[in-house]
Amino acid sequence: MVSTVYAVLFYIATLVLVVGVVMRVINYARTPVPLKIVVSPAPRTRKGVWFRMFREVTLFESLFKSNKWIWLFGYLFHFGMLLVLLRHFRYFQRDVWGWVEIIQPFGIYAGFAMVAGLAGLLFRRIFQQRIRYISDPSDYLMLLLFLGIAGSGLMMKFVNHVDIIAVKAFMLGLMRFQIGEMPRDPILMIHLGSVVSLMLIFPISKLMHAPGVFFSPSRTQVDNAREKRHISKWAAELPDLPEGIPEKKEG
Amino acid sequence: MASLDMDAKGGPKFVGDPLKIPQIECGAMADSKTFAAYPVHNEDLGFPGELLDNWKEVAIAKIGELADKNRAFKVYLDACVKCGACTDKCHYFLGTGDPKNMPVARQDLLRSVYRRYYTFAGKYFPWLVGARDMTREVLDEWYTYYHQCSQCRRCSVACPYGIDTAEISMAARDILDSVGVGQKYCNEIIAKLKKTGNNLGLNPKALRATLEDLEEDLEEETGIAVKLPLDVQGADILLITPSADFFAEPHIEGLLGYAKVFHASGVSWTISSYASEAANFGMFIGSYENMREVSWRIRQAAKDLGVKRIVFGECGHAWRVGYSFLNTLAGPFDFLDQNYPIPQHIMEFTSDAIDDGLLKIDKSRNDEFVMTYHDSCNVARGSSMGRKQGGQFDLPRKVIKAVCNHFYEMERDTIRENTFCCGGGGGLLTDDLMDLRIKGAKPRMTALQQVTEDHGVTHMAAICAICKTQFSKVMPKYGYEMDNVMSVHQLVANAVILDGQETEADVATAEDTP
Repeated sequence: MVSTVYAVLFYIATLVLVVGVVMRVINYARTPVPLKIVVSPAPRTRKGVWFRMFREVTLFESLFKSNKWIWLFGYLFHFGMLLVLLRHFRYFQRDVWGWVEIIQPFGIYAGFAMVAGLAGLLFRRIFQQRIRYISDPSDYLMLLLFLGIAGSGLMMKFVNHVDIIAVKAFMLGLMRFQIGEMPRDPILMIHLGSVVSLMLIFPISKLMHAPGVFFSPSRTQVDNAREKRHISKWAAELPDLPEGIPEKKEG
Repeated sequence: MASLDMDAKGGPKFVGDPLKIPQIECGAMADSKTFAAYPVHNEDLGFPGELLDNWKEVAIAKIGELADKNRAFKVYLDACVKCGACTDKCHYFLGTGDPKNMPVARQDLLRSVYRRYYTFAGKYFPWLVGARDMTREVLDEWYTYYHQCSQCRRCSVACPYGIDTAEISMAARDILDSVGVGQKYCNEIIAKLKKTGNNLGLNPKALRATLEDLEEDLEEETGIAVKLPLDVQGADILLITPSADFFAEPHIEGLLGYAKVFHASGVSWTISSYASEAANFGMFIGSYENMREVSWRIRQAAKDLGVKRIVFGECGHAWRVGYSFLNTLAGPFDFLDQNYPIPQHIMEFTSDAIDDGLLKIDKSRNDEFVMTYHDSCNVARGSSMGRKQGGQFDLPRKVIKAVCNHFYEMERDTIRENTFCCGGGGGLLTDDLMDLRIKGAKPRMTALQQVTEDHGVTHMAAICAICKTQFSKVMPKYGYEMDNVMSVHQLVANAVILDGQETEADVATAEDTP
């Protein structure tokens, strides 16, 4: 019963996550950009923009320049999470890829970096006056959800070992549309339940900042307005304005 | 760190940190209300004259329309994670402490309504994501706080996703206009421009008389007939400059500087009475249509006069529209000389003239000034100059250093892409917002005070008509004189010696010789 519920939840969540994000991204891509609104100084070539965006998503360059604490906690969280996610590949592969094997030890300890980053962000959100002012309930809940996922994950690794072989078998089964037995471990159930929730809310929440950053015109545009005319479809279809100067009169 | 003390003996006194973050003071600027536009001016711009009966529906629909027409608006409303990196970046927040002047909080005034009507979470769980209904109070709050944003983009530089509050604030003003709630200052000026060709409402006759007066002044000063041509058919260059350059100080001094540079370079140029304004207030109110109409005049003037090039004078937001938008709004400019950027900034022109050795310069003529330079916000973050990235910072400094001996930079986090707005940009340069303007100027004034103390800086140069007007008005509140702000081309005008010009040195030598 529990296995079936989780299996169904996983299928629904995967569908919602993939379809939701793809639809939103398509919507972003199709929404016109009427003007060149690049925030300068900005690269004058497409290549330069790629480099700028690469630095933004790998180093969080702008954030580093604007706030070192948020950068530190944000970076620990995001790159901790990245390593953790990559490590998790092993639970979805019968024969685990070599590089996934190699990063296992790093991925395990990255979980602590992730928790440290999240704790820092939560601490700031609660105790830094300005950030508390701009926070809604969902902003706290989101951090708590991530903390729940990371915390339960670390618990299973370091405190209360789960039958990981059985979990992997369950996951591999799901990928072949066969619902097997999921271990009845409360911590595992919390862990997977939170992951499912996260997948479900991803496309309708601020988590869309992840794909959104690639559609932010102020960063992704090339600074070449004078050399190359930028015009959006709806603007090009506006009725023509009258040519010529109405009769000149001086007086 | 010490902060501004308005009640200090002998005028306000301040030392310390221009970036000092104030304690939050809720509602500190809630009573700031800029005057509402007259119905006739709203209508001149194609908006309803007064608040519509069904304004709520119209406003909500307009949010959806903007989200469909402008990717930036949609992505920015979705992507903010409330990280807080922008919260200490706005000069109005630093100057007032009102939390709604923190960029993210300013965005949230609109984001909360967008979420309520256009997102799943906001529709079904409004309390969870801070979504709220569109009400009259919300509308009034928008009017109050979206007229405390000068669209300077300093917050956008700080944001990890480049979210630009200027885009949100322009959209908010567009929504306000579309339900009949316009701002007097902006809408009256745009209406005036549509009638006369400039923001001041100067008619061609008055403009011609003004320019003739200035020609007389120049001839008196230099002994040379330097022209300020108006509506000259077939001139090479059409100069598009803010109309403040025709009458306000220190703007005029800058205009005389352009005239001298053009004269010394031997190019023919002209001003147009039809497009006698560089500033485009259509941007301030976020109206593509109005911005396009204002820009269109420049195209028509250039075509009508048969010029080969367009050069913009010193004007910040104008240069953003000129550099980033003009080609979009009024292009393609295939009828102009393609060997020059279209349009070009006067700073690019002067920089080239210096490189080509066309200007005879005596730097010592600016020795009475110890200069610093204020990067105007929209030039810094909404445009560029020259052939290299960052030219908008380097060219003005190059020109200043070419004509002045004494130049010092203000604190690093207050210049170049981190520059502060003067406090009067984005449609806020009106007397009914004077309190806001004075407070908003505080970070810049504090940075200036630092270099005054450290290096004895006496004057600050700028290349924006709004900056110049704003500073000449608020500097006296901070212990400076009105004329401590200067045009960059004023410095150029001081230092350039025209061919055949008699200088004080010549006169002195002549008097010594029996």
